[in-house]
Amino acid sequence: MRILLIEDDKETAAYLSKALREAGHVPDHAGDGEEGAVMAADGGYDVLVVDRMLPKRDGLSLIEDLRKRGDHTPALILSALGQVDDRVAGLHAGGDDYLAKPYAFSELLARVEALARRRRPDAAETVFRVGDLELDRLRHTVSRGGQNIPLQPREFRLLEYLMKNAGQVVTRTMLLENVWDYHFDPQTNVIDVHISRLRAKIDKGFREPRLHTVRGAGYMIR
Amino acid sequence: MTTALGKVVRTTAFKLSAIYIAVFSVFSVFFIIYIAYSTNVLLNQQVRETIGTELLGLSDQYRVGGMSELIDVIDQRAHQPGASLYLMTDADGHILAGNVSHVTGGDLFTSTELDPVTVTYRRSDADTTERTALVQVVRLPGDFLLLVGRDVGEREQFRHIITSALAWALVLMIALAAISYVFVSRNVLKRIDSIAAGARRIMLGDLAGRLDVQGSGDEFDRLAESLNAMLDRIEHLIYGIKDVSDNIAHDLKTPLTRLRNRVEAALAGPADAARYRTALEATIEESDQLIKTFNALLMIARIEAGSPTDGGMSDVDLGAIVRDVADLYEPVADETGAEFTVEAPEGLTLRASRELLGQAVANLIDNALKHGRPDSGPAKIAVSVARAGEELQLRVADNGHGIPEADRERALQRFVRLEKSRSQPGSGLGLSLAAAVARLHHGTIELSDANPGLAVTLHLPIQSADAGKTP
Repeated sequence: MRILLIEDDKETAAYLSKALREAGHVPDHAGDGEEGAVMAADGGYDVLVVDRMLPKRDGLSLIEDLRKRGDHTPALILSALGQVDDRVAGLHAGGDDYLAKPYAFSELLARVEALARRRRPDAAETVFRVGDLELDRLRHTVSRGGQNIPLQPREFRLLEYLMKNAGQVVTRTMLLENVWDYHFDPQTNVIDVHISRLRAKIDKGFREPRLHTVRGAGYMIR
Repeated sequence: MTTALGKVVRTTAFKLSAIYIAVFSVFSVFFIIYIAYSTNVLLNQQVRETIGTELLGLSDQYRVGGMSELIDVIDQRAHQPGASLYLMTDADGHILAGNVSHVTGGDLFTSTELDPVTVTYRRSDADTTERTALVQVVRLPGDFLLLVGRDVGEREQFRHIITSALAWALVLMIALAAISYVFVSRNVLKRIDSIAAGARRIMLGDLAGRLDVQGSGDEFDRLAESLNAMLDRIEHLIYGIKDVSDNIAHDLKTPLTRLRNRVEAALAGPADAARYRTALEATIEESDQLIKTFNALLMIARIEAGSPTDGGMSDVDLGAIVRDVADLYEPVADETGAEFTVEAPEGLTLRASRELLGQAVANLIDNALKHGRPDSGPAKIAVSVARAGEELQLRVADNGHGIPEADRERALQRFVRLEKSRSQPGSGLGLSLAAAVARLHHGTIELSDANPGLAVTLHLPIQSADAGKTP
């Protein structure tokens, strides 16, 4: 994936570039808002990672301009401002996701990959399949090896989101945001309990587990 | 001397007195001049009328009794004491009768006016001083001239009286100003000075000091009371900050120290990749916890500063929020064996921040799960939302040990973790964040006894958004 990283802090940019490269992506770096705007306008990127406060040009206005020109490259906004209204402002300006500093790299990577996938047409599929695990979005059914698995509505949505991002890490905050639609910090790892319940339903009794825990990052259906 | 004078001039008492004297002087002078003018006009009119009437009478006399009778009457009247003046001359200007010897008034006798005119005259007796009079002249048949007038010395006297009255008024005014200066500076400004002195004393470090209230209930008492209330609040805040910094020192320094020690220990030991890994993972976990604490602190600070504003506010269904968050925590409660009941009817909406209310509910439920456990038997956690008049009440109750009444207020403060819960994980910010969220929505938080256990109730006025516009 080609990723444009617009970040003024050199150390952060170098660290992110290196980590993204190690994760198999191709990052380009712009050090200020103007350079970033020029590079983003050239196009060809799968995802933009934009710091909100940049020298020369504000990150939000940069994204706003791109959207006005009809460029809908997914953009992840990075910001030291992590409050609800900052987030609302960021998404309102045309950002697709918002990540408050400080963040874990695993969180950033998971979100960048999720954003890139969002563009693929197969995200609109009605049936997700991972091996023998099958989820039908229209009929609201889940089965494994042809055996129907009854799930609570919330469990269904949890699995749906995980399967939509099959093969990719999904973090706890991504789950909280996408399944529960909340962005706060739940203090306790409530998500873990939901996952273990879901796991008990879809993996119990099967030799090969589908729902994996990725240490220090989140979960993955594979 | 000049500096002392300057000091006096600069005082409010002096300025007030100066303004008083200026205003009253202008007013009095205007008033006196107005009276003088009006009186003068009135007097003149009276004199004219008298002259007119007298002339009419004398003309009648002449018509009835002829010249000799008129001269007799004039002679007779001329010798009566008073301010009346008479003069009668023949065509050649010889005086036939009267009490005036000389009149200077220009062409008075050649062109007899109908209106009285002002002239100077000398009386025909020994007195030779020039006087002023208002006179009227009529020409009688045979070119006799009859002059009737009135001395207006009275008027002059009156003017003199007015002038001296003016002078006295000014003197009195200055005296009054001086008295008011003394009064204002003695009684009023002394109070202000005392308030200023009290404030200086407090600034110099006597934070527990308060301003004097005399108990008269006047403006200065009210001012002092307001300032004292402000000082109470400031003192409260200062001690709050002191508490917070003490607690920050404890709650942030401890994990930071732990963090550092762990890294140091890992470095000091043998260079083993697996060991490093474990240490680093623990380090990340610890720093995540620190970041959470910082975020919660920042969030409280921002909420208390009044933001987030309308950006985050919308019409939200409180019942739905509670159901969502309860749904999030239900499996956790299940795992710990707690009985978890939720009573959240639909349609209880208010204008609020969904995220912040969600966070507050999450904190309350989280607290109940962590601290609301009884010694024996299962924990019972009841979450409910209900409407009570013009407010929505969100209640989270447990059946744990509760919080003694004396500790309840303290429990709402930042970083305060009551001794029993210190060993438990958590930042100690959960309740104070919930309290801040309640305040942001113009509501309150109430800790009460759930018999047994603790009940935390958020009282949220339904019209909170409108109430915010008219504080």
